[in-house]
Amino acid sequence: MKNLIDLEKKINSELTTKIKRTEIKHNQIYLETEKDDLIDVVLFLKTNNDTKFRQLIDITVTDYPEKNKRFDVVYLFLSHEFNQRLILKYTIAENEIIPSITSIFPGANWMEREVFDMYGVSFKDHPDLRRILTDYGFEGHPLRKDFPLTGHTEVRYSEDQKKVISEPVKLEQNYRNFDYESPWQGTRYIKEELDNNDKKN
Amino acid sequence: MTKKIKNLNLNFGPQHPAAHGVLRLILELDGEVVEKADPHIGLLHRGTEKLIENKTYMQAVPYFDRLDYVAPMNQEHAFALATEKILEIDVPIRAQYIRVIFCEIGRILSHILNVTTQAMDVGALTPTLWGFEEREKLMGFYERVSGSRLHANYFRAGGVHQDLPQGLEEDISAFCETFPKIINDLESLLTENRIFKQRNVDIGVVTKQDALDYSFSGVMIRGSGVPWDLRKSQPYDCYEQLDFKIPVGKNGDCYDRYLCRIEEMKECVSIIKQCLSKMEKGPIKSSDGKISPPSKKEIKQSMEALIHHFKLFTEGYRVPKDEIYTAVEAPKGEFGVYLISDGSNKPYKCKIRAPGFSHLQSMDYLIKGHMLADVPAVLGSLDIVFGEVDR
Repeated sequence: MKNLIDLEKKINSELTTKIKRTEIKHNQIYLETEKDDLIDVVLFLKTNNDTKFRQLIDITVTDYPEKNKRFDVVYLFLSHEFNQRLILKYTIAENEIIPSITSIFPGANWMEREVFDMYGVSFKDHPDLRRILTDYGFEGHPLRKDFPLTGHTEVRYSEDQKKVISEPVKLEQNYRNFDYESPWQGTRYIKEELDNNDKKN
Repeated sequence: MTKKIKNLNLNFGPQHPAAHGVLRLILELDGEVVEKADPHIGLLHRGTEKLIENKTYMQAVPYFDRLDYVAPMNQEHAFALATEKILEIDVPIRAQYIRVIFCEIGRILSHILNVTTQAMDVGALTPTLWGFEEREKLMGFYERVSGSRLHANYFRAGGVHQDLPQGLEEDISAFCETFPKIINDLESLLTENRIFKQRNVDIGVVTKQDALDYSFSGVMIRGSGVPWDLRKSQPYDCYEQLDFKIPVGKNGDCYDRYLCRIEEMKECVSIIKQCLSKMEKGPIKSSDGKISPPSKKEIKQSMEALIHHFKLFTEGYRVPKDEIYTAVEAPKGEFGVYLISDGSNKPYKCKIRAPGFSHLQSMDYLIKGHMLADVPAVLGSLDIVFGEVDR
């Protein structure tokens, strides 16, 4: 449908309970759904003649570690016919396995692999769920908020062993977190904080 | 007696000139026919998104130059537009023209590189030499406007960093006069060239439906006959006021994509000319002191400007809580930024949607059944730059 408000009505009337919330802002439509309804909703959006969201733009996750259901899974769709963008979201807890949409959009393959790599969210029925961007043998999920910016390990070529080895990160200089929102407290040094935490524990 | 023949696994890259960067492509070959291609990417992964989460909005801009380092300013554009939409600030018209000029220069930069190196992959050396001379001139324009040939850091939220230096407008318009001849020269070398056509026509064919399903964008989708360009369909900045055409292919093969790129370069020249003729003197960044830094002259005289300057370059500006997806038509396709702000001076999340990522993903589908020698041709026409694929 050409008009976003009509589209919102249409989606709400057709999918009823499968959509928890809709919103229109920045000339885009934002939907919230549930994990179990995902496949139905995506199929509807792709095939219905009034929506025709036939292109998947991206899949990503937002991490809110303080929340009970930690991850927001986000799907971005584009409809060429109606020139509209749609953002579909649902929340999941850590360790929840979510359905893969590779059977509907073959282009989702690498996007889901990236989500798996960066956030550690697993997909059910994914044809080839491997890490994609990080190194072979990498541990951890870098885009989680509790993953440190410097990482846990660093790699170097060892002259003794004649091969590339990875070892725990050793910083020559303390990593400083330049937080200027409260300039009176000075710079926080990551190492000091870690030491303090160790003392507390 | 029959002998069992095992398929051969071949490592293509990561150190291969035709891999256009650090691609490790594992090919399963049956004789010379490719049965399966498994691209291993991430050898250039730098964690851009993680780094951006830890930097202020202004500090995040240079990371965008380093994504698709062939056309740096086009990436900055997407981020600038995303923050501007959340902040609800207007960009002065002169700044919009400057941005469009440099986006189109970026497009020419990228297309020259792609067309000529693709030609080199299939055996022609001369186009590269001719094309790179022009790229050198264009990077000269980048340098004059931003101080840097590649990593410009020029498009800021609210406008551009500084006005065009004296004489640059004349030089760009002089370039626009001479450049079409160079495109014609390149075409005379390639378009009707027998070898080039043999290597590209009917290679790596993408159907309309597959182009949609595999999330293709840019030349990859236009080459297959889908008339879709964000500059036309979802115009940003001043593209609405400009008159240009979108070249669309017919067959969706490597050759059509090459033709699209050549035609697009011609359109770029026309867009730049229009911008130069329409551009008038005026401000080049938003007048909001909370977002765009004051001029040096003001700092010397005004206390308020001095405070603004200090706060902007230490704390940065705060962006209200919101989420948005903004995309621009980068030379390689739809480059998007999904930005989540939380009211602080750093983005809470900044997902970068790189067109090359989706294109490279389809390598297996594109190359299946082709000969080994077609791999560089297909890879070349995908227009892969690893800065953006690996992020």
